[in-house]
Amino acid sequence: MTSKLLRRFGPILLGGTVAFGIPATVKSEEVRIGFLAPTTGVFAQVGKDMVDGFKMYLDEKNNKLGGADIKFIVEDEQGKPDTAVTKAKKLILQDKVHFLVGGLLASTGYALAPVSTAEKVVYISPVSSADDLTQRDLPKYPYFFRTGWSSSQPSHPFGQWACEQGYKKIAIIAADYAFGYEVSGGFQRAFEACGGQIVQKIWPPLTTKDFGPYIPTLRADADAIFTVMVGPMSLQFPKQLAAAGNKKPVIGGGPSYDEFVLPSMGDEVIGHVSTLQYSAAIDTPINAAFVKAYRTKFGKMPGYYSETNYTTGLILDQVIGKAGGKYPGAEEFLKLLGAVKIDAPRGPVSYDEMRSPVQNIYIKKVAKVKMFGYPTEELWNTVIKTYPNVNQFGQFKKDEFLATPVYSRDYPPCKFCN
Amino acid sequence: MRSHTWKILMVVAALAAVLIIVPNTGSFIILLVTRALAFSILVMSLDILLGYTGLASLGQAAYLGVGAYATAILATKYHIGLGWDFWLVMLIGTLLGAALAAIFGLLAIRASGVYFLMITLALGQCVWGLAYRWNSLTGGDNGINVRERPKFGGIDLANEQTFFFLVFAVFCAALLLMYTLVRSPFGRSLAGIRERELRMQILGYNTWLHKYIAFIIAGAFGGLSGVLWAHTAGIVSPVNVELPTSVDALLMAVLGGSGTLVGGVIGTFIVFGLREFLSTLVPWWQYVLGIVYVATILYLPTGLMGIPERLRQRQAKSNGRDTAKKLASATS
Repeated sequence: MTSKLLRRFGPILLGGTVAFGIPATVKSEEVRIGFLAPTTGVFAQVGKDMVDGFKMYLDEKNNKLGGADIKFIVEDEQGKPDTAVTKAKKLILQDKVHFLVGGLLASTGYALAPVSTAEKVVYISPVSSADDLTQRDLPKYPYFFRTGWSSSQPSHPFGQWACEQGYKKIAIIAADYAFGYEVSGGFQRAFEACGGQIVQKIWPPLTTKDFGPYIPTLRADADAIFTVMVGPMSLQFPKQLAAAGNKKPVIGGGPSYDEFVLPSMGDEVIGHVSTLQYSAAIDTPINAAFVKAYRTKFGKMPGYYSETNYTTGLILDQVIGKAGGKYPGAEEFLKLLGAVKIDAPRGPVSYDEMRSPVQNIYIKKVAKVKMFGYPTEELWNTVIKTYPNVNQFGQFKKDEFLATPVYSRDYPPCKFCN
Repeated sequence: MRSHTWKILMVVAALAAVLIIVPNTGSFIILLVTRALAFSILVMSLDILLGYTGLASLGQAAYLGVGAYATAILATKYHIGLGWDFWLVMLIGTLLGAALAAIFGLLAIRASGVYFLMITLALGQCVWGLAYRWNSLTGGDNGINVRERPKFGGIDLANEQTFFFLVFAVFCAALLLMYTLVRSPFGRSLAGIRERELRMQILGYNTWLHKYIAFIIAGAFGGLSGVLWAHTAGIVSPVNVELPTSVDALLMAVLGGSGTLVGGVIGTFIVFGLREFLSTLVPWWQYVLGIVYVATILYLPTGLMGIPERLRQRQAKSNGRDTAKKLASATS
């Protein structure tokens, strides 16, 4: 029976490999890009936004980047690390892609980076933001390149901003997984470095639906609440917090208020402040054009999941163009990627020597306003402060930063709890 | 008896065909088949419980997880299992699976039916909780990367073909062992417990002990499959021990036909084929998977392995009708 299955599928597969292996005609070089996103399962909608962002750039350029014809192959990583690895190997071994782009969760990034090392294929991560991939683990992953961000990158300026607001004590409530630790860890380091105190850390599990048990335990003496929520949690938490009569300022990690969820939120989030390298409300001509084009095409506001993939397309356009309209080989490709300087919808982007972006970090306040000539008042992440050219270490020195462990549930320790 | 020899010959022929065809296909297919083979050891181990003992367990992924995490931790923290000592790790993984089952069995075997399902589910979630929360050991949500496969003598398992041969060999050994087990007097008494536990007790069998031992054996094979699984994708994460993985195993066993061992393997290959191969071809693979599940439950409650039996029954029925007709026409 098993052999029957194989006999049936084997030839299709062999045929497929051969067909992909032969370039169609020799008019212009073909560059094959393997794109991994969760297009089924819990994260399917985010996955669609990722693909849409990249596709939008490709469509604008008539499927050409830097003069090369692009063969864009999307594979479903299903939000599972080991499926991502299998699909990555399919893209590399069978489709012979030149490089990989994508991956949503931090765990997927950690799973794909070793594949890039083993297969010597460049892996570009626009979303998956696990800090250590371009920090302490950098030497292990020489073929890894980050076009998006590192989880704690926006948190470092944000901590400083919180001090400037006069907050002395802040309580943290964040989703219980690596991304939650890294976003809130960066904030804690920066906030305590300028004299603030984190007085409490609460870790609700990833799929928490009822925050009733957590909200009353938030310390009354805290000046503000710092949150990191993901998925449905980001809708539920502000609702319950408002219902509990909260009067404290609420600040938090960027994806909690990303445009991906913002339109589904109610007025209870007005005034909440978050931070990220992108906001749909950045008032520049290039972003206005991007937002309008995206809205016309997909009928909704672009969030960072789409922007970062659009920008990755922009970056690849430049890099492949510099390489003469072809894939120049992994080493040269990485060198060109590292030298990129572009103006993206999110602002100017360049790269540090650790293959991680240096970019603007925006402090954003949710407000109900009219933007870009749209007739109705809507919730937007209005930019209230811009920190220009922030790298992954922010105000901290690289060597001192790398000497400390990666942010986790227990690091930095909560010195002022109790 | 002849039909039995015939069945064995068919399985052997199928295995030989896999052995000959697969290494000559593309690397991706080899990897997929390797993954399916490693996972099907877990599904067969579940079948010992489900099909032969009548215990539907919803926590089988826990044993895969223990084997896989042990392999990953030993390899990354202690550099054990990357050379000849890989065989030792296989043994350790198997023993850990058995040990965990020995502990869980004490709690679970007292129950049966839905209650057994619930207890195994809860115990499986305990293992998931540990994997997710014990950051210093398991890497939490990010899991552990096993960057290299074992290399010993002139054999380098980093080569997909070589690794396939190893997994294939272990799979065959596991199949043979489990087959011997279910054909043994012990296996026969398990089937007796499945059919009517009270009667077995009256006949003087210690049914609790039988079920307990079956549970431990299933756990051991689960651990073994975990050791191989850890090296297929090179990543071990809480996804491997979460509930959907256990449910997958259960569905695969039911899909192929429980109580047949080979059925579980077929189920595994179909699900892997749809989920990891068809999904690379078409975006609507999930509908196919759904239809396969629903159609199996509705029309083939005995699974795919039940098809020949059903065909035979239908033929017998129509034969019976024919003879009845003939008789009727002869008498009139």
